[in-house]
Amino acid sequence: MDTLKVSRSNAASRPALIVAILLVTVAASIPIWAPEDVRSAWMREFVEIACYLVFALMWNLLAGYGGMVSIGQQAYFGFGGYVMLMLSNFLGVNPFLSVLLSALCTAAMSIPVSLVAFRLQGGYFAVGTWVIAEVFRLSFANLAFVGGGSGTSLTAFAGISKAMREQTTFWLALACMVFSIALVYIFLRSKRGLALMAIRDNEVAAESQGIAVQKTKLAVYVVASLGAGLAGGLYYLSNLRITPDAAFSVNWTAFAIFMVVIGGIGRIEGPIVGALIFWILNKFFSDYGSWYLMGLGSLAIVITIYFKQGLWGYAQQKWGWSLFPTQRRLKESIKGKS
Amino acid sequence: MDLLLQTLLQGALLGGLYCLFALGLSLMYGVMRLTNTAQGDFILLGSFTAIALIAGLKILAPENIWLPLLLSPLLLIVAFGFGFVLQRQVLNKVLGKDPLPSLVVTFGLSIVIQNLLLEVFSADPRSIESAGLNTASLQLPGGVTLGVLPVLILFLAITTTSGLQWMFNHTALGRGFRAVSDDLEIAQLMGLNAKRLYAYATGIAFMLITMAGVLQGIRTTVSPSDGPMLLLFAFESVIIGGMGSFWGTLAGALLLGITQQIGFRFDPGWGIWFGHIVFLLLLLVRPQGLFPKTVG
Repeated sequence: MDTLKVSRSNAASRPALIVAILLVTVAASIPIWAPEDVRSAWMREFVEIACYLVFALMWNLLAGYGGMVSIGQQAYFGFGGYVMLMLSNFLGVNPFLSVLLSALCTAAMSIPVSLVAFRLQGGYFAVGTWVIAEVFRLSFANLAFVGGGSGTSLTAFAGISKAMREQTTFWLALACMVFSIALVYIFLRSKRGLALMAIRDNEVAAESQGIAVQKTKLAVYVVASLGAGLAGGLYYLSNLRITPDAAFSVNWTAFAIFMVVIGGIGRIEGPIVGALIFWILNKFFSDYGSWYLMGLGSLAIVITIYFKQGLWGYAQQKWGWSLFPTQRRLKESIKGKS
Repeated sequence: MDLLLQTLLQGALLGGLYCLFALGLSLMYGVMRLTNTAQGDFILLGSFTAIALIAGLKILAPENIWLPLLLSPLLLIVAFGFGFVLQRQVLNKVLGKDPLPSLVVTFGLSIVIQNLLLEVFSADPRSIESAGLNTASLQLPGGVTLGVLPVLILFLAITTTSGLQWMFNHTALGRGFRAVSDDLEIAQLMGLNAKRLYAYATGIAFMLITMAGVLQGIRTTVSPSDGPMLLLFAFESVIIGGMGSFWGTLAGALLLGITQQIGFRFDPGWGIWFGHIVFLLLLLVRPQGLFPKTVG
């Protein structure tokens, strides 16, 4: 008799894990092997990409899996940055520790915010979250103790050597990146993740199967906000100077959307591929200023209309690639036969 | 007392402008459930097109100051064509149950337009010359002073709103709009061409958007980066008013204008913030808006 087995991995996922561990090891040792003259620049660049990637991963979780398309995640990015700075500057918390604390504070903040945001659906949810982000921006721009509209600087690093600061920030960024990928991956493979994908595909049907739709959506919203706050705290740990206009700029979400759409929405590999492409494009074309941004916008439009699945989605369709398998496949095992 | 009256009147006049920003958004969402996140940038595109046209006309016919006014209907016809083609060629391809594609496309358009305007017109604020119309004022009894232009804008907002509502209730086109909005599948079974109706709706929305852009350009200065702010004011007006009702949108816009004006009275830095907060509170207590007609 045939026996059926649920398969949760594929041929590519195991070697991919080994390659990933190797890559992380190579990256983690950059402070040791990188040439002295470029080391600091490399590390700073890496931290920046890590922030973009974490932010995009979380946007992908929210929109691609949760079906909640937000244009307001910059609210949590900026909030994370400001909380990190306030904890370190005013309460004397170790800045590295306050990055992690700021992520938790951001997650806590997202719960009351969700009460308002969840009143809207679909396209109106997107613009509604943007209004909320503007409220965050205007609030911080009017708070005198964090410098109002002109912003403030992270002063808590006084007395720590530059090399030490940069190295620790770099390792923290790497750890946050790995943590975020693992968090999203584990979340999606869990029972909750399965429920989430069911909700995305059909909310009513999912609810009729006994899935707690509102609770699951809230969980995703909180996790995505935590990640956005983490990215923000990390970014301003490396950047040292924060202004409300930059921290709560809609460009953060615009770039996240771009990365996710290019790489392929609704798959973990999407934002990773997208972040790499975004980094390369940024390196070569960012000097073109507004022409560059026009190009990014047009590319996003063209891809959405003609190439919906994005780059990784294409690869997955064509060759069945999947580095982070989240689906459950039913397989017949041949053992029982003969 | 006078101060309160003055604040309320100024707020209502500001609301008239917001109503014109919002009607296009309300129309497009009402008919096809499309959220045009590039609404604000399209408004600015209208302002800057008018600025460029007037500059061009000044070179061609420097004596005739009435020429721009005579040519403005032409601009509205062009705007209709632009909206019609945009819907047919681009937006119709991304409509559907999933809001993501249409959001990404309109958001992408917003970035493209904003940067295009920045490249062509630079970041300097500009305005449309109106031979003194923007500074003329009316003296009312009781020491209240009102600008002629804001009053004109509020009047236009009220007439446009009633015109749209009339069209929806009494014309074949309006019936078609309501039908595809209420039940797309049945409407198509009855022989309505939804994609064509959507194109008409967007064409009309772009006439409204262009009108709003020109008036905004006359009333104050415009800069390429203003788009998101205009979008958010338009959006708040629509949501406060309730979806699918144009009178609701007008009421929402007036309420938003008054709220902001009250906020500005207390502190210029917090006026817009206060408007946003009142919007979010209203969303909490009355998520369906003041006068809802259609269901999301």
